[in-house]
This record gives sequence, structure tokens and C-alpha cells, in this order.
Amino acid sequence: MPDTFIKIASVTVGSGTAATMEFTSIPSTYTDLVLKVSARSGSTTGTNVAITFNGSSSNVSMRLLYGTGSTAASLADSTKIAWEQSIASYTSNTFSSADVYIPNYAGSNYKSLSFDDTSENNATLAFAELGAGLWSSTAAINQITLTSSSANFVQYTTATLYGIKNS
Amino acid sequence: MADTKIIVNCETGETLEVELTAEEVAQREADAQAFAEAKAAEEADKAAKAAEKAALLEKLGITEDEAKLLLG
Repeated sequence: MPDTFIKIASVTVGSGTAATMEFTSIPSTYTDLVLKVSARSGSTTGTNVAITFNGSSSNVSMRLLYGTGSTAASLADSTKIAWEQSIASYTSNTFSSADVYIPNYAGSNYKSLSFDDTSENNATLAFAELGAGLWSSTAAINQITLTSSSANFVQYTTATLYGIKNS
Repeated sequence: MADTKIIVNCETGETLEVELTAEEVAQREADAQAFAEAKAAEEADKAAKAAEKAALLEKLGITEDEAKLLLG
């Protein structure tokens, strides 16, 4: 049976903090990419994990369905593709979880992605989100950058990139 | 301490931790500002809708539960 789900690389924030985690020189030999992110920010107010490709933060848009623990809503954003993460005021040592799927990342069509995430918190306020994003670029994705929108990622924040092959 | 970026090269597996450039710091500050403004606008919108709803309920002289009952 062929290996169709392969770990490409992993990043973990060490004893300091980091503003950004970046995967570079992503090989174009897979069909799709999967990114799994376990993140927490040192911010005391709500903050996002933003994803950008090939160093470009333009020509992006997303649609999001989300619940906060007390309300459910949706939003559209044409400035970023991003999801909520755990922050300093949330339960200690809890990290948000996100799964991102990027099909046909090396093709010449615009790049779509879908994601789901939760921001872990042992309280009423905790986000659960389903999102779809679009990077309107025909370039093959060879770099993925994850940025904490305010304050840095704390120690043990981890992102792992996998390659999916269809055969 | 300067903000850093962790870079992993997927071909070689090499991981580097580098300081953000002045341009990246500026972009990050602009993004954080935009994020804070978007959050504030979202909260203001939410508060305005809640106030509108409360005013309407008061005008109708019914509670939120009664309104739900009517619409259910």
C-alpha cells in the first residue's frame, strides 16, 4: 500500500516565544497539503493565527462560521485568512487546535483551503470555527507562514505540515 | 527582546530562528492594529444590534422569551 499521508516538517516554539512560524521550500511532489496547528498566544485579548502563502498577504479572502460558546455567527473577510487561538486569559496550558486542508497546492489554479479549529478554554467563551479561504494566485505554494496577530506564540506551540498523495 | 521567526526548510529539515526584519515588524504592527480595529467594530456592531433588539422588545412590551414564543 503506498504511503499517502507523509509528514514533511514540524515546528515547535522553544523556551522563548515566536511571532511567526514558517515552512519554506515545500516540495511540489504531493497532491494536497495538511497542516495541523496547536497554538497559544501570550495576548490577553482575542487573537488570530493568520496563514499566508509564498510571503504574500494580499489577494486573500475567507468565509467563517463560528460559535463562541454563547452565540453563533458568520463572517466574510477579504484581508486575511485566520482563525482564533487560545490566549493568556484562557485555561492555563491549553492550546487551540486547527486542521487546515490545502488541495492542489502546486497547481496553477487559485488556491483554496478549508479549516476547522477550536480555541480551548474551560469556560463559556471558547471558539469553534469552520472556515474556507482563498488565495487568488496561480503560483504553486512553496512557503507557508503562520503569524500570531497580536502577541507572540508561546512555548510548545506546534505546527506540523503533511503531504498527501493520491496514489 | 526582539520578535523572532522560526523557519523550517522542508527540503533540508534545517530550522532557523531569526529576528523579524524592520519591514516584518511594521507589517505585524499594522496587522495587529487592523485586527484590533476589526474586533472593536465587531463588538460595536454586536452591542448596537443588542440595543436595537432591547428597544424593540420594550416598544412591543414583551420579553425576549415571549418574542421567541411568538416566532417559534
